[in-house]
Amino acid sequence: MTEENLALEIRNVTKRFPGVLANDNVSFSLRKGEIHALLGENGAGKSTLMNVVYGLYAQDEGEFFIDNKLVEINGPSDAINYGIGMVHQHFMLVPVFSVTENMILGSEVTKGTSLDLNRARKEILKISEAYGLEVDPDAIVEDLPVGVQQRVEILKALYRKANILVLDEPTAVLTPQEAEDLFVVMRQLTEQGVSIIFITHKLKEILNVADRVTVMRRGKVVGHTSPKETDQQGLATMMVGRDVLLEVEKSPAKPEDVVLEVEHLKITDERDVEVVKDISFEVRAGEILGIAGIQGNGQTELVEAMTGLRDATSGKVYLSGETIPFENPRYLVEHGVGHVPEDRHKHGLVLPYDLADNMVLNTYYQKPYAGQMLVRDEQAVLKNALGLIERFDVRAPGPDVAASTLSGGNQQKVIVGREFSRPLKVLIANQPTRGLDVGSIEYIHKEIVKMRDEGIGVVVISAELDEILSLSDRIAIMFRGEIVTIVEAKGTTREQLGLWMAGATPEAVV
Amino acid sequence: MQTTNTLPAPLSPSQQFLKQWGVTIFIAIAVIGITIWQYILNAQVTEAVLASTIRQSTPLVLGALCGLLCERSAVINIGIEGQMLLGAFVGFLVNVWTGNLLIAVIAAILAGALMGLLLAYMSVTLKMDQIIGGTVINILALGLTGYFYQVGLTTDGKMLPIPLGPLADIPIIGPAFFNNPPITYATFILVIAVHYVLFYTKWGLRTRAVGEHPRAADTLGVNVFKVRYVNVIVGGAIAGLAGAFLTLEAVGSFERAMTNGRGFVALAVMLFGKYTPLGAWGAALLFGFANAMQTQLQFADIKIAHQFIGMLPYVLTIVILSGFVGRTRVPAADGVPYEKE
Ligand SMILES: Nc1ncnc2c1ncn2[C@@H]1O[C@H](COP(=O)(O)OP(=O)(O)OP(=O)(O)O)[C@@H](O)[C@H]1O
Ligand SMILES: [Mg+2]
Repeated sequence: MTEENLALEIRNVTKRFPGVLANDNVSFSLRKGEIHALLGENGAGKSTLMNVVYGLYAQDEGEFFIDNKLVEINGPSDAINYGIGMVHQHFMLVPVFSVTENMILGSEVTKGTSLDLNRARKEILKISEAYGLEVDPDAIVEDLPVGVQQRVEILKALYRKANILVLDEPTAVLTPQEAEDLFVVMRQLTEQGVSIIFITHKLKEILNVADRVTVMRRGKVVGHTSPKETDQQGLATMMVGRDVLLEVEKSPAKPEDVVLEVEHLKITDERDVEVVKDISFEVRAGEILGIAGIQGNGQTELVEAMTGLRDATSGKVYLSGETIPFENPRYLVEHGVGHVPEDRHKHGLVLPYDLADNMVLNTYYQKPYAGQMLVRDEQAVLKNALGLIERFDVRAPGPDVAASTLSGGNQQKVIVGREFSRPLKVLIANQPTRGLDVGSIEYIHKEIVKMRDEGIGVVVISAELDEILSLSDRIAIMFRGEIVTIVEAKGTTREQLGLWMAGATPEAVV
Repeated sequence: MQTTNTLPAPLSPSQQFLKQWGVTIFIAIAVIGITIWQYILNAQVTEAVLASTIRQSTPLVLGALCGLLCERSAVINIGIEGQMLLGAFVGFLVNVWTGNLLIAVIAAILAGALMGLLLAYMSVTLKMDQIIGGTVINILALGLTGYFYQVGLTTDGKMLPIPLGPLADIPIIGPAFFNNPPITYATFILVIAVHYVLFYTKWGLRTRAVGEHPRAADTLGVNVFKVRYVNVIVGGAIAGLAGAFLTLEAVGSFERAMTNGRGFVALAVMLFGKYTPLGAWGAALLFGFANAMQTQLQFADIKIAHQFIGMLPYVLTIVILSGFVGRTRVPAADGVPYEKE
């Protein structure tokens, strides 16, 4: 070992789960003040490794060094004491607590026997000012947009004086602008001596902010590189082990009849705010309509209404010319509408169920899964699962493990597999590749294009400009509950899209 | 991963207060109104009704405190009935053996705590189904007390009321609130104490976090198992105290299955009070009041079958529960064992 200034060194960590070798003799080092990207396919073991470092999982083998000293980490409190902070892939916030309560939990400030919320509030404001991370200490977390929730998570770590910060896919749920803001904060933190481990599937981001990159594949470290030595293609190849197409390859669309039509749709949400204001558009068989927009401009509600999860105040949705009932998801399932939901835990999976069951979640009562006399045909369910696992490359020990044990990206593949394998007329995919590695994105994009070519009408909603631009034939831009304009994807630039998404009128741009 | 969009319009503090406490205040004013009116008509009966209200509500609110301590940390406890019963029995037996009421009360509390430990072991460590765990406790308590109970045991008496000087002479409320035996006073203090602990201390914050999102608490170094164990054991101890109230303060002797469903009514009281000690207290008082009125009505010469009058408290509770009290928010992780990996 050379005399390097290491904030953290992980040596030979092995971690097994029943049936999975999640980390196989992994070593990793983090220099002081650097941003070190950790890249790897879905299920490569990145989150597991970080959870081991953070003391949430006990490693089977391996050692940790902090500031070149051997340390024992037996639980999160040890990790916190050693100055490790972690922002988890799925946020660890108590939704009904205020920001302040979430911040102090576990490291409470007290006056006598009581919590001293006032002092805590002041401290939080001080830190939040120092790092330019603005939050309202009294806001209830569940009312906050994801971007702000993430700020709370980062502040939580800083509040505990973390000087090693682990960010597990922090940008997966952020808008491009929010991601940029995060990078500014990250750079600022490293200037103050904080060392950051940054997990992401977005290669551009790595090239943008990382100092060094470590690549993992199937539980092992397969290489190191740095943005200076490589490019997106190089990173992708290194991580997947083969060449990856980063651009979508597709021929011009051959649109046919209208399969989905939305007519003067208005939606009011739970708080009586009109979130969708008189939206109309059509989708033809054989085309991909992309819906672009910054999160929170009504896309979520629009999709929920189109997929039977929400009622509309007025307006109609037609499927092949026939009006569809609202709040009746089964009708849509039976009439050939596929849905990849935005929130995979809330609407996509039953986490405690195994993969096989999750893969027939909306068809279990149909043939061939329901056999004679209400008895399930287990063989058919299993066969379906094995087929999808193979076809969509779901990395899991088998079809009988609970969906909750899968890595985030692999959970997404289970949903995509289920929806793409049914006979469809219309596919509505909301953030279909959120949290997926480039290899899986390539595959899913190919599948979407294939479905289009087979004559399915596809709607893709995405916060990723690149995804929208490369996948769509036409693009609808949403802003404040309205469609600003619908344009041909060909010839539209990132910049134009960005301006429209921020509320510019089409005339002003063109 | 959540997708929240725009901020909701926040309620103004006064709106929020009304939304949260409106029903409670309305009921309280109604009850106070009826009471004063009654007092003018018949002072003695009114004081008796109030005293009986307190007496009836004491075991219920203690049971509810037990339930909410458990469920705030996400352990469902339907074994309150059994914990109470065993506390009642052990308290009584120890009183028979030693004749010392203080030791008897402590024994009852320990018995309840032990049952709490058993529940915690089954639901936190063994990760058993918590409804089954609670049922085990109920059946166990019923069996044990039934088996060991012998008819004819007698004691030197029960705990007597201690008037708190001039306070006890205040009209209407004096006799009801300031002339009580020790466990009843202890209950007043416990309600306030549990409220304070739950909402103003470090322990309370951790308890609520563990009940809502145990993994989040774990990532901040909170020992989820410890928090659950301690809450469930303390809850059991309080249920034991409720048992002691029955045998050592209210009745003075033990009978088979004498808790008579109070442990389950306590669960309703806990829900009605929205998992808050003060709310549960209000609910228990209301239920106790309805019960006391019911007893008075049975004495009065009214031509209604007494079975119907006997239903009154329950009907009232159901109506209020279903009609007025808004949705109760159950702790998000309630009933779910915590898996570390
Ligand atoms: N609690 C668990 N129980 C069983 N297996 C698990 C558990 N957590 C993770 N695994 C398995 O360990 C492997 C690595 O998962 P991990 O979450 O570390 O992947 P990842 O690299 O973070 O992937 P992603 O990019 O999709 O988040 C996966 O095969 C996963 O199924
Ligand atoms: Mg992960």
